[in-house]
Amino acid sequence: MTSTEAGPTIESQIGRAVTGPTALGVDPKRFWHLAWTLATTEFKLRFFGSVLGYFWQLMRPLLLFAIVYAVFVGILNTGADQPMFGVALLLGIVVFQFFADSTGASIRSLIQRENLVRKIDFPRAAIPVSCVLQATFNFGLNLIPVFIFLFAAGGRFYWRWFELPLILAMLIVFVTGLSLLLSALFVSFRDVEPIWEVVSQALFYGTPILYPLSLVIDKVGLSAAQIMLANPLAAAIQQLRHAVVDPAYQSPGQIFGSTAGVLIPVGITVLIFVVGALYFRRMTPQIAERL
Amino acid sequence: MPEQTSSAPAVVVSDVSKTFLVPKEQVHTLKERALHPWRRSANHEFQALKNVSFEVNSGGFFGIVGRNGSGKSTLLKCLAGIYAADSGSITIDGRVSTFIELGVGFNPDLAARDNVAINAAMLGLSKREARRRFDAVIDFAELQDFTELKLKNYSSGMLVRLAFAVMIEVDADVLLIDEVLAVGDAAFKQKCFDEFERIRASKRTVLLVTHDMGAVQRFCDKAILLEHGQLVASGDPQLVGDSYLDLNFSDSARARVASGAGGTASSESFGDGRAVIEAIWFELQSGETATTLPNGSRATFTMQVRFTDRVQNPVFSVTLRNSSGIPLLSASSAWGTERSGSFRRDQTVLWKASFDNPLGPDRYTVSPSVTLEGGAVLALTEKMSTVVVTRSEPTGTLVDIPFEQELQRDLPLSLEQELQA
Repeated sequence: MTSTEAGPTIESQIGRAVTGPTALGVDPKRFWHLAWTLATTEFKLRFFGSVLGYFWQLMRPLLLFAIVYAVFVGILNTGADQPMFGVALLLGIVVFQFFADSTGASIRSLIQRENLVRKIDFPRAAIPVSCVLQATFNFGLNLIPVFIFLFAAGGRFYWRWFELPLILAMLIVFVTGLSLLLSALFVSFRDVEPIWEVVSQALFYGTPILYPLSLVIDKVGLSAAQIMLANPLAAAIQQLRHAVVDPAYQSPGQIFGSTAGVLIPVGITVLIFVVGALYFRRMTPQIAERL
Repeated sequence: MPEQTSSAPAVVVSDVSKTFLVPKEQVHTLKERALHPWRRSANHEFQALKNVSFEVNSGGFFGIVGRNGSGKSTLLKCLAGIYAADSGSITIDGRVSTFIELGVGFNPDLAARDNVAINAAMLGLSKREARRRFDAVIDFAELQDFTELKLKNYSSGMLVRLAFAVMIEVDADVLLIDEVLAVGDAAFKQKCFDEFERIRASKRTVLLVTHDMGAVQRFCDKAILLEHGQLVASGDPQLVGDSYLDLNFSDSARARVASGAGGTASSESFGDGRAVIEAIWFELQSGETATTLPNGSRATFTMQVRFTDRVQNPVFSVTLRNSSGIPLLSASSAWGTERSGSFRRDQTVLWKASFDNPLGPDRYTVSPSVTLEGGAVLALTEKMSTVVVTRSEPTGTLVDIPFEQELQRDLPLSLEQELQA
């Protein structure tokens, strides 16, 4: 009880050690609360700022869809043999938009919130995660017209839709891992952004969005389709088309030849998430210093 | 027990060091990394903190003082958990709240409600705590009618009130405050000071990083002084404040010596050369030479002059100007009752001028001169040296003019009626 004496005895008596910033903080609930607050306020800013906010948000994928539909379906006659290819096309575009939105927003997110990062101690990962969350909100909104088109084209609710949350969960895990990785990489390497733009452009064409996967199987071969499906984004889109639009779209399981084949894109998803999370955690203490 | 908890340290910093690697060549792109994977970029190490140790008692108001680049902000960021210290340990008892800037993270496009919510989430408050805090913040800031107004439409006064309320209404045991006082006008500063009084009264532990010696001496019960990342003084804020001024001004004087010959880099000499001012210095009452003069005590200026020719009735004088260049003290032998008489060639004399130092804390330039009554300049050296004045009472004035005061009451009835009429 010699409280006036300095030294290690007292150190052990009092409070917690301050060791520097962390990625997740101590309380997952608080982390989530922070990410949620950041995402919802950004979301509000975007949509309540202007009357046409939500309208424009919808118009982006819809306009792209209209153009792509006119060119590929109308002129080139792609996917004519596929059931409801228009809906499948829109679904692909909306999923890709989610992917591009969250990764694109996360890359610069730490720099954009530099002011906060350098002045307040809070769980750093909340920033890229809030970008993914915000993109998820938009994704949810963009899915509404997809389902409207689906029902308009004669789609029906059926039992396979239960897969939907699973597929979306995998997609979100994949995108979150990438966002963590990219945002942390950008702190040290500023050319990550242009590189990523090119990569995502390549992914857009390298993923069966504009064309049905059956076209790849017919023109190039089964193994090419299998390689494409190792990409979690492609696997998610294909599985969504299979489960939600029409079972005539072969599921990745069917193309790999067994359901176990699905483990490849799922494994890659997990790998990317783990790598992204670990790299982000490693970089966390340095973010404030290197921005 | 309560006594022990109040005297127990709330913050213990032991042996904390922090080094920043400043790359000489910035490898900032993946391309460079890919092209030269084995090239290690040469790093220039900058040690911002060197083995800093101190303790802050619970409920204490603790000042961290230092010049620009002394490492005080780095120290605060380490305490706040924004930077990770390289070595040593920091232990803090209780919830910490950091204020490196007023209203950090405020988004002008959002209403006060949303901004306060974000701020609460950043501080790690739960939803329920945040809701409770929101009312307290708005009450404190007296902005009940403006909670839905976007911040960009706030007046600057309202903004400051909100920012301050957000800072004050935190259920934190330890507050880390950086340079908030450096910005804003006098009214704002006053508001800050009022808040500090309130915080101090609330018995929370405060660590204040600042340049403002007045604030340190007014609020802090302990302080430390950092210089080049090292702790050079600690303890009584009065003494720390004095050594800060000393360090600040003597160091700039030293720098001037280093940059020019004989310490007169910025000084200019005039005169026909019939007299040479060989040296000047200040003495305290005790007789010891000093470069720092405490306000209120007696000081003596001495100038050593050698005449190179026969001179009749020269006038010795000295002018002290503050850092803004305003002359505040001028002493001259011309105002004495008798003339100085005649001096022979190669005679060396000392001229002394003593005064009860009324000067405010600052660095003063000293310009001595020897002239003739008609105005001819024998020797004049502008800014020959500098002297620092320290003061304990922060009156805020340039000089302390001695005054007497009295209060007259119980006036004779007739006089009171006369005054009222």
